[in-house]
Amino acid sequence: MLFRVEVGLKRHVRDVQGERVARKVREELGLGVDQVRMVRVYTVEGLDETQIADVLKAGALHDPVLHEISLQPLATDFDWIVEVGLRPGVTDNEGRTAQETLNLVLGLQGSDRDALKVYTSQQYLFSGVDGQATVERIARDLLANELIQRFEYKSAADWTAAPGFEARAARVTGESSDEVAVIPLSSMSDEELIALSRANTLALSLEEMHRIRDYYADPAVRAERKDMGLSPEPTDAEIEVLAQTWSEHCKHKIFTALIDYENTETGQTRQVNSLFKTYIQGSTKVIRKAKAESGPHGDYCLSVFKDNAGVIKFSDDLSVCVKMETHNSPSALDPYGGALTGIVGVNRDPMGTGMGANLLCNTDVFCFASPFHEGELPPRLLHPRRVFEGVREGVEHGGNKSGIPTVNGSVVFDERYLGKPLVYCGTIGTLPAKVQGRPSHEKKALPGDIIVMSGGRIGKDGIHGATFSSEELHEGSPATAVQIGDPITQRRMYDFLMRARDLGLYNAITDNGAGGLSSSVGEMAQDSGGFEMDLAKAPLKYDGLRPWEILISEAQERMTMAVPPEKLEQFLALSKEMGVESTPLGTFDDKGKYLVRYGEIIVTCLDMDFLHDGVPQMRLEARWERPQVQDQPAPDVEDQGGLLKRMLGRLNICSKEYIVRQYDHEVQGRSAVKPMVGVHGDGPSDAGVLRPDLKSERGLVVSHGICPRYADLDAYWMMANAIDEAVRNAVAVGADLRWMAGVDNFCWCDPVQSESTPDGRYKLAQLVRANEALAHFCQGYGVPCISGKDSMKNDYKGGGIKISIPPTVLYSVIGVIPDVNKCLTSDFKRAGELVYVLGRTNAELGASEVADELGFLSARVPQVDLLSARQRYLTLFEAAQQGLVSSCHDCSDGGLGVALAEMALAGRVGAELDITDAPAEAGLNDTSLLYAESASRLVVTVRPEHRNAFEALFAGQALACLGETTSGPLRLQRSNTTLLTEEVEDLAHAFKSTLNW
Amino acid sequence: MVPVNALVLTGYGTNCEQETAHAAKLAGADSADIVYFSDLAAGKVRMQDYNFLLCPGGFLDGDDLGAAQAAALRWRHATTPDGRPLLDQFKEFFKSGALILGICNGFQLLVKLGLLPAVGGKYFERQVSLSHNDSARYEDRWVHLKTNPESPCVFTRGLDRLYVPVRHGEGKIIPRDESLLQQLEQNELIALQYVHPETGDPTLEYPYNPNGSPLGIAGLTDPSGRVLGMMPHPEAYNHRTNHPSWTRGDNGKLGLALLEGGVRYLKER
Repeated sequence: MLFRVEVGLKRHVRDVQGERVARKVREELGLGVDQVRMVRVYTVEGLDETQIADVLKAGALHDPVLHEISLQPLATDFDWIVEVGLRPGVTDNEGRTAQETLNLVLGLQGSDRDALKVYTSQQYLFSGVDGQATVERIARDLLANELIQRFEYKSAADWTAAPGFEARAARVTGESSDEVAVIPLSSMSDEELIALSRANTLALSLEEMHRIRDYYADPAVRAERKDMGLSPEPTDAEIEVLAQTWSEHCKHKIFTALIDYENTETGQTRQVNSLFKTYIQGSTKVIRKAKAESGPHGDYCLSVFKDNAGVIKFSDDLSVCVKMETHNSPSALDPYGGALTGIVGVNRDPMGTGMGANLLCNTDVFCFASPFHEGELPPRLLHPRRVFEGVREGVEHGGNKSGIPTVNGSVVFDERYLGKPLVYCGTIGTLPAKVQGRPSHEKKALPGDIIVMSGGRIGKDGIHGATFSSEELHEGSPATAVQIGDPITQRRMYDFLMRARDLGLYNAITDNGAGGLSSSVGEMAQDSGGFEMDLAKAPLKYDGLRPWEILISEAQERMTMAVPPEKLEQFLALSKEMGVESTPLGTFDDKGKYLVRYGEIIVTCLDMDFLHDGVPQMRLEARWERPQVQDQPAPDVEDQGGLLKRMLGRLNICSKEYIVRQYDHEVQGRSAVKPMVGVHGDGPSDAGVLRPDLKSERGLVVSHGICPRYADLDAYWMMANAIDEAVRNAVAVGADLRWMAGVDNFCWCDPVQSESTPDGRYKLAQLVRANEALAHFCQGYGVPCISGKDSMKNDYKGGGIKISIPPTVLYSVIGVIPDVNKCLTSDFKRAGELVYVLGRTNAELGASEVADELGFLSARVPQVDLLSARQRYLTLFEAAQQGLVSSCHDCSDGGLGVALAEMALAGRVGAELDITDAPAEAGLNDTSLLYAESASRLVVTVRPEHRNAFEALFAGQALACLGETTSGPLRLQRSNTTLLTEEVEDLAHAFKSTLNW
Repeated sequence: MVPVNALVLTGYGTNCEQETAHAAKLAGADSADIVYFSDLAAGKVRMQDYNFLLCPGGFLDGDDLGAAQAAALRWRHATTPDGRPLLDQFKEFFKSGALILGICNGFQLLVKLGLLPAVGGKYFERQVSLSHNDSARYEDRWVHLKTNPESPCVFTRGLDRLYVPVRHGEGKIIPRDESLLQQLEQNELIALQYVHPETGDPTLEYPYNPNGSPLGIAGLTDPSGRVLGMMPHPEAYNHRTNHPSWTRGDNGKLGLALLEGGVRYLKER
């Protein structure tokens, strides 16, 4: 029997969550509403009447100070009532906690325990809404995402006639199944092969299908399969495993393709055999060699590109690892669940790096269309404000509940992200340099080690995530690809695993991400040389999964370990004690086979070599032709003060405090430079700094660069600027250029020429050029890439239109800061200090914020002058070490004008500045000098007594003293003409108003 | 002098255990062990071996069912392998004269367990609760606090003002009824209040009072003064560079001062 336990606030308790929903109805949907109140509903299955009475009496589901509780409907005094519940199979975190709590309170054991299920739903009681259509709109566009949730509603009249909603259990019904189907590949035509791939979200190309067919036609393979009693044709699971392992997501086929590159500007053609090997891995190799030979800190890279995260040395006792991921496609369909899963998912990368890292901090970068977007949305796309809010909240819950501070991030706005938002989530972890006397960044699964899966159970969630994200988003994209993370189950697993690590209870660890067990076990088995596993042992959330589904499910919060047999008992005992489910599933061996059973039935038997090395190399064409862009001069502007305030309010520049404050950025107590700085904590910070070792003054800087707009002019300079921006941001807080490492995250639109992508050659040429720049600038700065990721199909197709994102690279930097007490922040500190601009301004207004604001076109993309920038960054570090600099801020979006304004508003300190002598090319008008986005520039303040020492350090470099800070307004002049005079409070207001939600 | 042995409790979603243990040591504790709830339940660790319990911040059970609600029930119903209720151990620990500090989620736990405020000496009866901030948002921001010199609280003795961060979504005190709120005042159980930075007076004004808590209540003590629960995070101000505007030369008393008060009390007892 099902009980509906309803929990509502007592009359004297203000319903602030209801008020928030009412605000959202008004602000986000623009609809009228007088009041919203909320009632929480727990639908309980598996208890009798006495037991449910005990639950109510024990206060297990309510707080007697706050709530009233009833088995009858509680709702009264409303015009309309909406109830939102989860669809069957969707992760119900609160339901799980309620279930555990009731088990404990009632002391249930055995089958009684298994029978108890709790499903949560939420009621919203509306007063003053405008009829049924409005209620439906609120339900659909704000309260429920029908992909994962269901809703029902009643008017007050209907409620009076029939109070309450029917009790519903969001139960997954299904029979357990050991069915393994055989796919008759050999008899299929090419059309049928393509149809099979598409219908099953396999994302396999025809060539790949042929390669698979050929493998099964091999007489040796046939004979072997016959001996084992296996079908000559592939099983469904084998096809699925191959599809996962060979997916773009897992194999990075475009980055490893053989590319014929034609540059029409130079008339040259050449071949690139793997962008990854040539540029990314190649440049890191060169940099490491140089560092080993002559770097002041030696080659601090410990593990690059081979593990879940890249690892560098932080100190003799501590190593640091870093990984950034994207979770774009799921976030497009369900922004909250997609982003939540993105962040808790990337947490597992450091957790599964080396012997397992402690989680230190997160960083998040989002790319959205304007939240103020107006007009019709193409089918299946959500409004950007809804995407924004969902993603923000998903990352909030994922990060905050996991106890990992979000120390750095940004939001980039461009209308093309309407088709697919980008959700970059990164996590940095620390490893004790040695675990059980061995270097912690190394691991190896040995033959004989037991395969153990720990954490959550397996369900249908996330099936086909890897292959799904290797396709464009379309109207029929599968809902199972969406899942909801569970930070607390993960936290419990993490607590357990860190203990198990320190006790030396396993030999290797990796996470279950894309491809689930299929990938995690398959990858670990490359160390040992094979494995055998029984899926019938795998713990399931519910019956009804077929073996192939168990194998590739991407259900969250799971890690796979290689546990030596003699440690297994201790491992399992500790796991049980700490409330974590761990299950031995099989054994690693050296027999060369990917052998999976379900009981006695063989599910897969593939050669490890074929699985991992069998994917054919793609051969692609790239053709670079410089886009023809009109080049107009920057207009002269009468009201420069007004322009400055408009610039500060632009989406890409304005304050993101709304997001920042909702993210815990100082849990763990290590924070040294926060995301918001200044006298009132409302100025933008350049980078985050924290102390990984609480007992030490040594710091870690975390920064990033991202400049997608420049890709419209030349992706080479887009990449160069992203690297420069990331490095510059780190330098701005006082980091040492000589001890940094980078992470590249490419998000591209489909660059493979086809009927639906007629400009594939150009998009691929953009990719080639971005990679060339990556190699040039990483080497130039001596900042090696140690990890990275690519997401190559960020296109949307539907309703007869295609939207492709601008090619976007997030370049993230981590670096070691010798002493956090010498860090710098961007706020002007006090009146009477000298203000310097470092670096040269050119008429580089192409794709700039000001060009967009004023509506003119410019063809000149900012270029990075490597040598001068490098020298500037090294000198600035020296100046900061000597204590000569009191504040520092980089010039990026909005150039010098915006940088000066941000420094002034952050410190609530004005300045009297004359920009006449700022280093610049000749002939720049005021608008250009103030807002050109030339790279590598910084603004610093210096106390008058340090003037000589500071200028001596920078002798021969491009810099100018513009004037002094004051206790008055920000006044800028040029050649004795005042350009603008603005009160710092007005600048702060302009900066903060746009996203002041 | 009595050695101060701190038990820093964690597990099931607590996440401030590292810095809390670090802060306890900086504040002068002779030892600070991070202990999982499961260690207590397994009988591996006994509370009686300690004299200072710290319940750190975090998200016990993800705030599902309300902050620390599920954890409070876990404490009420868990037993050690010998069949003894864990809560008995807790009660004995408190009776032995030990100190208890609950921070943020740890405060929520103490309140939901009924250890705070224990008006009228009625321990383990829920008299107040902590509920959603008026903004219905989780927020991370620094707040100004004042202590109550009339309060029996041993942690705040000799302290006046503090500047520390809050990081919570459910920090507003809701009393069982109005009379209870009066009793909190009359019995001087309000140990810490949010104040306006300029006037120094307790405030309801956002964001100085970040959650709308009545009387600006930021922390409560019990009649014995040996228990303190507070929403702000003193352990998060353990180093001068934690201060949000330290680069402007702003500093002042570290949040550690509160823990030092507790350690001093134990040592001098």
